[in-house]
Amino acid sequence: MLTILFDGFAYGMLLFILACGLAVTLGLMNFINLAHGAFAMAGGYLTVVLMNRYGVSFYLCLPAAFLVTALAGAVLERTLYVHLYDRNHLDQVLFSIGLVFMAVAAIDFVAGSQQQIIQLPASLRGRFEFFGVSVGVYRLFIIVICGLLTLALQLVSSRTRFGSQLRAAVDDPSVARGLGIRVSAIFAVTFAVGSGLAGLGGALGAEILGLDPTFPLKFMIYFLIVVAVGGTTTITGPFIASIILGVADVAGKYYLPDFGAFVIYTLMVAILIVRPEGLFARSAAR
Amino acid sequence: MSGEAKPSTLEAARASLMRSAALKPFEYLVWLPLPLLIFLFPSKAFLLNEIAILALFAVSLDLILGFAGIVSLGHAAFFGAGAYTAGILAANGFGAPLLGLAAGGAAAALLGFATSFFILRGSDLTRLMITLGLQLILLELANRFSGLTGGTDGLYGMTVDPIAGLFSFDLTGQTAWFYSLTVLFAAFLFARRLVHSPFGRSLKAVKGNRRRAAFLGIDTNRRLVAIYTVSAGLAGLAGVLLAQTTQFVSLDVLDFHRSAEVLLVLVIGGTGYLYGGIFGAVIFKLMQDWLSGMTPQYWQFWIGLLLVAIVLVGRERMTGGLGRLAAFLPGRPARRAAKAPAAGGEDAP
Amino acid sequence: MMDRRRFLTVGAIALAAGLGLSAPAAAQESVKIGLILPMTGPFASTGRQVEAGARLYMSKHGDTVAGRKIELLLKDDAGTPDQTKRTAQEMVVNDKVSFLAGFGLTPLAFATAPISTQAKVPTIVMAAATSSITEKSPFIARTSFTLPQASVIIGEWAAENGIKKVVTLVSDYAPGADAQKWFASAFTENGGEIVEEIQVPLRNPDFAPFLQRVKDASPDAVFVFVPSGAGAAFMKQFRDRGLGEAGIRLIGTGDVVDDDILNDMGEAALGTVTAHHYSVAHDSPENDAFVKAFKAANDGMRPNFMGVAGYDGMALIYQALEKTGGDTDGEKVMEAIKGLAWTSPRGPISIDPKTRDIVQNMYIREVKSVDGELYNVEQETFEAVKDPAKEG
Repeated sequence: MLTILFDGFAYGMLLFILACGLAVTLGLMNFINLAHGAFAMAGGYLTVVLMNRYGVSFYLCLPAAFLVTALAGAVLERTLYVHLYDRNHLDQVLFSIGLVFMAVAAIDFVAGSQQQIIQLPASLRGRFEFFGVSVGVYRLFIIVICGLLTLALQLVSSRTRFGSQLRAAVDDPSVARGLGIRVSAIFAVTFAVGSGLAGLGGALGAEILGLDPTFPLKFMIYFLIVVAVGGTTTITGPFIASIILGVADVAGKYYLPDFGAFVIYTLMVAILIVRPEGLFARSAAR
Repeated sequence: MSGEAKPSTLEAARASLMRSAALKPFEYLVWLPLPLLIFLFPSKAFLLNEIAILALFAVSLDLILGFAGIVSLGHAAFFGAGAYTAGILAANGFGAPLLGLAAGGAAAALLGFATSFFILRGSDLTRLMITLGLQLILLELANRFSGLTGGTDGLYGMTVDPIAGLFSFDLTGQTAWFYSLTVLFAAFLFARRLVHSPFGRSLKAVKGNRRRAAFLGIDTNRRLVAIYTVSAGLAGLAGVLLAQTTQFVSLDVLDFHRSAEVLLVLVIGGTGYLYGGIFGAVIFKLMQDWLSGMTPQYWQFWIGLLLVAIVLVGRERMTGGLGRLAAFLPGRPARRAAKAPAAGGEDAP
Repeated sequence: MMDRRRFLTVGAIALAAGLGLSAPAAAQESVKIGLILPMTGPFASTGRQVEAGARLYMSKHGDTVAGRKIELLLKDDAGTPDQTKRTAQEMVVNDKVSFLAGFGLTPLAFATAPISTQAKVPTIVMAAATSSITEKSPFIARTSFTLPQASVIIGEWAAENGIKKVVTLVSDYAPGADAQKWFASAFTENGGEIVEEIQVPLRNPDFAPFLQRVKDASPDAVFVFVPSGAGAAFMKQFRDRGLGEAGIRLIGTGDVVDDDILNDMGEAALGTVTAHHYSVAHDSPENDAFVKAFKAANDGMRPNFMGVAGYDGMALIYQALEKTGGDTDGEKVMEAIKGLAWTSPRGPISIDPKTRDIVQNMYIREVKSVDGELYNVEQETFEAVKDPAKEG
């Protein structure tokens, strides 16, 4: 029972790291970036290549995955995405789906269509018993890393000048602009960090979620669920939504294996029917 | 919004609406030669049939997206409901095509009606996710009740009777093309009639600004429920067509990619003037067919590139030629109106 | 008009169906083979293997048989049945193919069976492994394997090798049901006990919660069937959950230890015992030559059982055409196919004249590390195994 809870928690944490960038882009620029998962996939494949071809340590791959995808995110934001902020949602969906298709086919071309496999360092393998709960070392590792990151994100957004500008911009971009906040610069930075986090999530998740060229499509739905349920106005919202989703998914598959996938979809629809703006929306005006 | 109707009497307004709903002469010129395509391109019968089905599906989505402003990523739920209804009937000895059409359309419409109450509130994203969620639940149900649906293996053993006992669905795909085209045309006329009816006009008001429409005394929710139900029914018909002409139904009809595809198709062709779905289906399917023939493994890349290019260059300019053609159509002004609200939700200041 | 249209329609069918009748006259025309495979999507690795196998056979044996040129038309169906069906129909009507081949997954073969029957086109199943596929049309023959073949062998082996309690875990579609059913019957007949039966979704499975269930049931072994390619994810979770340390052995059909990706699975795969018809480590001159050529032609990619089935599928077509003297009439070709026997890289195989299904040796293999690489090392051989589901 507790093992399931623990696993679900780790899964949820991972989802949060993967999806929080999407929440921010949506909240800040009202931009539906369906290609978010492609950044996660990029991070994952980078890790695979670095580890399997060049023998780089897994611990070094994680920051590399973050940095490279963040850079890629920044470049793409400045060159491509920037043209689309004033477009309507349909254009954005079309554009980002197009990017996903390209990423999927390109990765397939470069790396092949099979599942990619990484060998974790020995120190992260195995399990141990902790007061009767069987704990996977790697899942614990994920929880610790993602927990630290979440904390850091929370601190940045609540304690720093950048954070308060960001929050102001999310709350009302036009007013923030009027106050002299450089929304587009903030956005570029946030977009890069969000992409980087997705890349890191992809690297961390390769072991648990699996990694193949269809990754961005597979998990797009999960990311969207996180954002829709959690709302886009806070960091806490998507975080709690991720945890709920992770635990519900794992527990659902364990206790009701025949109805595994039902659980999360039903949960999501139910939540959205009761609270159309997500669980943690501050106002229904957006 | 559309101030073209300045009626002295109600009858005059009705008549004006009827006039704009009727097909213009040059439209007949477009539609009439279509059946002959099959003789020009006998080897493309299946492609033509698929285009007709996808076009019908996209037209049904246009009704809610283009005319009521409801973004849906789960429209395949109704497509699948129609397909499975017709498929299960045909697998159990009720293979009459028209019976399948009626039953499939009705089942999808019923499902649309039942779920329409969930999409009345919330933002674009909320609607996107609720529609998607419902579709995925339906997919799981179809998978679970494999005794009825065949589950992952697909519904095997459908036999569809010849139409009117005369034209059987043969290997060449000719009958399928005539059949699908007929249904598409009928559904298109119906949709055209609908959007130019007083009901359709009030819907436009709802889409433009829901609150203002409510002040004008329009019961917005009832209108949204109604159009959603109709749209679901038409999507169901498209599903029935696929089931009957391919004589096979699999879980794929409820898959996420089908909803995404129809949305792409409609957006490529343009929303809010009904022809968009048809143009989009033609463009998308031809591209897909051509690309997947050239590079079976990586065609997705080029489709993706195409989408990105369309957006960056501007949909307006890409489909501009078609748009100018469509400018002659009475429904055309609605297209411009479709732009703004899609971005910010109906109440955006 | 109506009559004319019907005439055209019927005429076109007749043309498609009876292509063979005019074949001797058109002996110079090439023989087209429609190869339909999942080249994109989650099962693309299957498509790639089968294609590579088929092409290898053609490059080795030339592209002319009985005076007729062989032409291979490859189309992608992305692993979706309606796409497969449409493609098959198009190939029959437009391209006038004389053979359909490929079929990466069972539902894809099911969807196409009515077309094979209607158009009388010999259809060679090169991958899909549900037993009942060959019963769906008299024009289907198979060069891969059937799940009952493998499941029964491993079921008997398990019961005889000290395994008492087993949990079965299979993908939730027809082959999974086949594997589950035939393993269970063979295993329980020999005194074993099935503790729990688990079905996992075919697409995008997350095995962790299911494996936790397995662990909590603490059986002696878990019997696994997942389609080719999904084995890696499974194996990873198997290790991650610590099932091995909990003393739970991993047995199954060979799909889970797919040769193509076995090497990447790492030590978690060691000791896995499976029953299957092909291992890249099979010791025979035919296989040595096959593996060497396959790797050379495909960037060092290892062939797996899908690759060898593609190779043998082409062998089957070549031999059948030789027997008919180049005649592609559906019924004559099917007659020629029945009873064909030859030595494949996997060992001696033949086509059962009654069921058109493959008869082949099954091997019990264990994953071992040889020269730093992982291989399924064959340990026991069961000769000329027919599909048990169609016995008696």
